[in-house]
Amino acid sequence: MSGYAQDVVALARKDLTLELRARDTLPAMLLFVLSMLVVFHFVLPAGGSRLAANGLLWVAIVFTALLGLTRAFAAEREHGLLDGLVLAPCDRSAIWLGKSIAMLGFLVAAEVVALPAFALFFGAVDGTTVAAVALANLGICAVGTLIAAMASAGRARELLLPLLFLPLSIPIVIGGVGATVADDPGRYLAFLALYDALFAVLSWASFEYVVTE
Amino acid sequence: MWGDGGGRVITARRLEKRFGDKRVLRGLDFELPRGATLLVTGANGSGKTTLLRLCAGLAAPTRGELEVRAQRRDIGYLGHEPLVYRELTALENLELYGRLYRVPERRERIGMLLERFGLWDARGERAGSFSRGMLQRLALCRALLHEPELLLLDEPFNALDSEGAALLDAELAELARERTLLVATHDPERLAPFATGTLALA
Repeated sequence: MSGYAQDVVALARKDLTLELRARDTLPAMLLFVLSMLVVFHFVLPAGGSRLAANGLLWVAIVFTALLGLTRAFAAEREHGLLDGLVLAPCDRSAIWLGKSIAMLGFLVAAEVVALPAFALFFGAVDGTTVAAVALANLGICAVGTLIAAMASAGRARELLLPLLFLPLSIPIVIGGVGATVADDPGRYLAFLALYDALFAVLSWASFEYVVTE
Repeated sequence: MWGDGGGRVITARRLEKRFGDKRVLRGLDFELPRGATLLVTGANGSGKTTLLRLCAGLAAPTRGELEVRAQRRDIGYLGHEPLVYRELTALENLELYGRLYRVPERRERIGMLLERFGLWDARGERAGSFSRGMLQRLALCRALLHEPELLLLDEPFNALDSEGAALLDAELAELARERTLLVATHDPERLAPFATGTLALA
């Protein structure tokens, strides 16, 4: 394994260990997404539109991710630990990638519970939806981690993160909803994959400038 | 490995740092020769911490020139915060930094530092359960882990008890013979025996 990959693994493992011990992100995400689905279940009239239900699934995913992202750099922010990581001689993009992988783990864990709950309330989830959610997760975590790092340096971070993240997540919602409801989901899945690739490269390349003065 | 040859590790010319309207450092000139130990003194708010952060690359000057002839892996930084994860154990924290700094024979080096700073018995305890003095000892282990050529120490005796301070006295005396040190301190008398100069910030 290359030195870069070792750094990424060490940093992602650190974040997963912190969450296993502190348990302050994943339980909140799980509770939030389940609460949203229960609320949506009662908001939609009985026998309501399947299209509307599919749209609400994406609302639940995006806002659950947002909740997780607010905690993404909490440990680093509270004790100035980002300085320690920035000082290390590793490529600074490894910090972004390690954090994104950990964030992806939390989001997938939340969805492992959320998707069966959605199926229970609104009907079965097909393979296309699962594929769209998987692709959307990559984009959410790539962009979201970069913006969470930017927001963590600011004073109004609770305000800044949703203000920056939600507009950038609109293409993800368009691609995700499109893939879920369209007769030809291939175009939308390709759109999501393109978004992932584009924003992953942009985030990877720009992270250094976000964490250094 | 040093990035360049020459006898000066740090050269600052007309160095200035502002935070908004507040000017923390103004027109600062100094040189830190290789192997020297320079004490940075001054009242609270005089810019000692800012100067160390600039030298570490954690902040950028507003004006002037600052040349640090050392790569990131050659710099050891001890700041106000210990820069350790509170939910990880002392050993896990040092393991993480050891990996990121590619420390050779990492386990042995970590074990030796934990022994030297009296933390071996607490190695499996989470840093969050440590006293402030133990955190400072762990922070010193972290800063020294990769055997840096240039050490930037901000109030290294902060929170240390007499035993910890004595350990650090001995460590710094040894380091001052082999390395280059820039130490911000309110207690220059303590470091006077091995200091080669003092930079007083107004």
